[in-house]
Amino acid sequence: MAQHFRLPSGGRIDRSKPVSFTFNGSKIEGYQGDTLASALLANGVHFVGRSFKYHRPRGIMSHGSDEPSALLSVSRGPGRTDPNNRASVVELREGLVTKSQNHWPSLNFDVGAVNDLFSPVFVAGFYYKTFMWPRSFWDKVYEPFIRAAAGLGVAPDVPDADRYANRHAHCDVLVVGMGPTGLAAALAASETGKRVIVADEQAEPGGSLLHASEETIDGKPAAEWVKETLAVLDARENVILLPRTTVFGYYNHNHVAMTERVTDHVVDPKGAPRERLWQVRAGHVVIAAGSLERPLVFADNDRPGVLLAESVRVFVNRYGVLPGRKIVFATSGASAYQAAVDAKRAGAHVTISDLRLEADCGPELAKARAAGVEVLTAHTVIGTVGAKRVKGLIVAPVTGAGAIGPRRTLDCDCVGISGGWTPTVHLFSQSRGKLAYDEALDAFLPGTSAQAETTVGASHGDYDLARCLTAGYAAGAKAAGSAATARFEATPTLKGFQPVRVMPTDANPAKVRAFIDFQNDVTAKDIKLAVREGFQSIEHVKRYTTTGMATDQGKMSNMNALGIVAGQLDRPLPSVGTTTFRPPYTPTTFGALVGPARDALFDPIRTTPIHDWAVEHGAKFEPVSLWRRAWYFPKAGEDMHAAVARECKAVRDGVGVFDASTLGKIEVVGPDAAEFMNRMYVNPWLKLEPGKCRYGLMLKEDGYIMDDGVVARVAQDRFHVTTTTGGAARVLNHMEDYLQTEWPDLNVFLTSITEEWAVIAVQGPKARETIAPLVSDIDLSPEAFPHMAMREGRICGAPTRLFRVSFTGELGFEINVPADYGRAVWEAIYESGRKFGITPYGTETMHVLRAEKGYIIVGQETDGTVTPDDVGLAGMIAKAKADFVGKRSLARQDLVASGRKQLVGLFADDPSLVLEEGAQVVADPNQPIPMKMLGHVTSSYDSPNVGRSIALAVVADGRALMGTSLFVTTPGGFTRVSVVDPVFFDAKGERINA
Amino acid sequence: MLLIDCPCCGLRPETEFRCGGQAHVARPEKPVDVGDQDWSEYLFVRANPRGVHAERWIHQHGCGRWFNALRDTVSDRFVETYPMGGKPKSTTTEARA
Repeated sequence: MAQHFRLPSGGRIDRSKPVSFTFNGSKIEGYQGDTLASALLANGVHFVGRSFKYHRPRGIMSHGSDEPSALLSVSRGPGRTDPNNRASVVELREGLVTKSQNHWPSLNFDVGAVNDLFSPVFVAGFYYKTFMWPRSFWDKVYEPFIRAAAGLGVAPDVPDADRYANRHAHCDVLVVGMGPTGLAAALAASETGKRVIVADEQAEPGGSLLHASEETIDGKPAAEWVKETLAVLDARENVILLPRTTVFGYYNHNHVAMTERVTDHVVDPKGAPRERLWQVRAGHVVIAAGSLERPLVFADNDRPGVLLAESVRVFVNRYGVLPGRKIVFATSGASAYQAAVDAKRAGAHVTISDLRLEADCGPELAKARAAGVEVLTAHTVIGTVGAKRVKGLIVAPVTGAGAIGPRRTLDCDCVGISGGWTPTVHLFSQSRGKLAYDEALDAFLPGTSAQAETTVGASHGDYDLARCLTAGYAAGAKAAGSAATARFEATPTLKGFQPVRVMPTDANPAKVRAFIDFQNDVTAKDIKLAVREGFQSIEHVKRYTTTGMATDQGKMSNMNALGIVAGQLDRPLPSVGTTTFRPPYTPTTFGALVGPARDALFDPIRTTPIHDWAVEHGAKFEPVSLWRRAWYFPKAGEDMHAAVARECKAVRDGVGVFDASTLGKIEVVGPDAAEFMNRMYVNPWLKLEPGKCRYGLMLKEDGYIMDDGVVARVAQDRFHVTTTTGGAARVLNHMEDYLQTEWPDLNVFLTSITEEWAVIAVQGPKARETIAPLVSDIDLSPEAFPHMAMREGRICGAPTRLFRVSFTGELGFEINVPADYGRAVWEAIYESGRKFGITPYGTETMHVLRAEKGYIIVGQETDGTVTPDDVGLAGMIAKAKADFVGKRSLARQDLVASGRKQLVGLFADDPSLVLEEGAQVVADPNQPIPMKMLGHVTSSYDSPNVGRSIALAVVADGRALMGTSLFVTTPGGFTRVSVVDPVFFDAKGERINA
Repeated sequence: MLLIDCPCCGLRPETEFRCGGQAHVARPEKPVDVGDQDWSEYLFVRANPRGVHAERWIHQHGCGRWFNALRDTVSDRFVETYPMGGKPKSTTTEARA
């Protein structure tokens, strides 16, 4: 397809660099510097999509980020397909594959377009009114139907192949926008030497100056001024210029978020990221974000070929594209006249239809007529002619009394509409600044700033070029702490407009569809209906009609919607208020927000020094907090059950080795260390001798168990505290809190040493013989080194803190060695134990072995509402201590009352039945529902050493129920169990002292 | 994102901090002597004012130190921060101004 609508010269495209892409399978050519929108228009393509609700044909309406309709799926290759790209902001790049959306089977013939015929049914609140009854339809019929019909593009179904970066930056002044105002502000701010960042969402800096035709600044053509200014800024080392960078969020304390599109426009990114998320902390923010043109509201104003007037001008001047050969500009203001003059100069046949009276027009009128443009003043627009492309505009004169004169159809293939201008106050509002309504400008302007911020230029309702430059310069200087000013001479701007909410018409307003929100298919009729049905708050009207709730956040539609609501309620517009502007300003990719935090970096995994050995020996792993722990070590052909059974037997009959490195470890050091431990744990610590261990139980202040672990007193002033794997950080925080805030007088230091030590548990009757050949400097004999002792010495030559402790009930050691020695010592122990059949075991076997002994696991037998007495550990509490954290609460009424759930063992009648953990316990399965729940199963395993299934449970007054029968829920109904002692194996505890 | 003025480290982004609830709730000297009602209030009852509130904060991912802060619960503005055991410079009335 040739570029029939490309002008022979002009524009900022590079005609020496043709670029081809496909649209719905057809190959289309444009030039470097085009957007998808300008390249499509250069080839005469206006109709590029179907609308959201009515599936009406839609075309390109805008040249910028406010585009509501021209949403395309754009693919840059596998894993690089995004839906809902605005054609006006996607830079052309060789090989792009683009498709229209929201139609089936094709853009030209769309079955969904039948919705348009039924539009009287699809009024505001259609969903709320229709999908109410019958209730049984909610899940099965309505929801699938709504979900299938909703949404625009198709979400990608493969992982994003691109890389995204992020960057934190600081600057003294952040300038948002590189139009005339922003560039002047950047010039002034950077002159002071302060650090300045300047960001603009477009590919090329310059804003409105990039499509200037006649405008000059200080006697130079505007484009020339942009070039020189950019060269000056670029040469300053204190300036960072960021084109293609959208400032999308303005948060607290001048924390501003922006996305830089780094490589979407290049064919070979050479490894550079696709986008970069900038998080900038700015001393002062200058918002020079410009303004947005309002469409006019009349029947069928959504026809492809209908563009914003200024966008016609942009396509002509900046891209060298004539959007149509016969163009009608429908306007209620002056700016469209400049667009008309430029289009006329480019060779189009141009007519202007202006709602304003001849007397209300300014110098623009004479200018247009002098250029040979026919101008119809005091004319309204009744509607458009055409289907998939506008063919004519129906206009009619409006008499002074408001009567509509005879209609007349102006043949055309393009319409430029302009209903005036709205300052871009999104970022100002996000910064929590207060808006103030300006009646003369018919706009909400930035009022009181909430942060160190200045909004200036068109964003502040100033549409005159020279004034924008002067004000921008002064604002930039002031933001940088300077009082400098500069004078700029510039061509006067054609400005001023007459606000109009809906164009006067002689048609029945109930019959026509005049679109307000093009993306969500909301018409003036819908908004009027909402008001008639009683909605008065704009926030409610917005949600009921969905106006302004599409991905464009109502950039084009908000003022028109507000105006109609105010008109219907007969209230002044400011009393209706505005809806809330929320980030992001434009749609932002998930990739940019996620950045590098994906895959392995999404949720970091902690591994122990012995992890690789376990991997090499076939371990299956389970996640425990951030750790990956070896779960069990299956041999060939073994399932989990068989592997765990083998491991359990091996520990009790010979020796097993277990990686306990994930245990939390805290060193508590200082002259007051023992006193501090005394206050933090229920146990007594003052008299514990160095070289001895004690099982420590920690409560929260409310008296419930928080954590537990073995603690060794290494020296008079030094404790080696262990915690549960998941509780390490929590316990350290808890200790720090009390130390810093309640007892700052205690001289104690707390250090996390979890990662410093690898811990190897060697457990079983052969444990001592296994490690004996490796240990030096420590007498391992039972007399010299009894259960719950700790010795410092060496193993395999490496320093060790050797604990004689056991979580299995067997003779056992927990060998702490510096982490770097962990694997070597583990391998030496494994080698040494071979003659005893040493068996590596994982967390599952650890769980079974401790359950056989009735040892609790915090978080399994306890749930934050369990006291020491509930789990039979009241004996750990040092009765003589005056105080410790949680002591007072143990005397609370509810904690001493009868009926508390207590730890017991359960034997199912069927010894092969393994109860479900979490299953409820009841006394009588035949009682009426709701039944009285006595408690629940906390741990349940098949125990090879006991020779049957075992379970731990917490049951109301459980200790008084020993020997009785209760019932437990199973997937197949209730099963009978008997209540037994929770210690199932070696009840006398003799093996541990071997 | 707020900047919070850590008494040790200066202005740092809020993601480095964690709030620890109402400040100046001292643990009783001798908890065993405290009656049930007073003890339950100490454990569970906290102020939840609309406006300036004295809170405990910790610079968790920085120096690890606890400190106190006056924060306006309506505007989320930090009026001032001050060390543990200290008193705020501004009174609550001044802080509201």
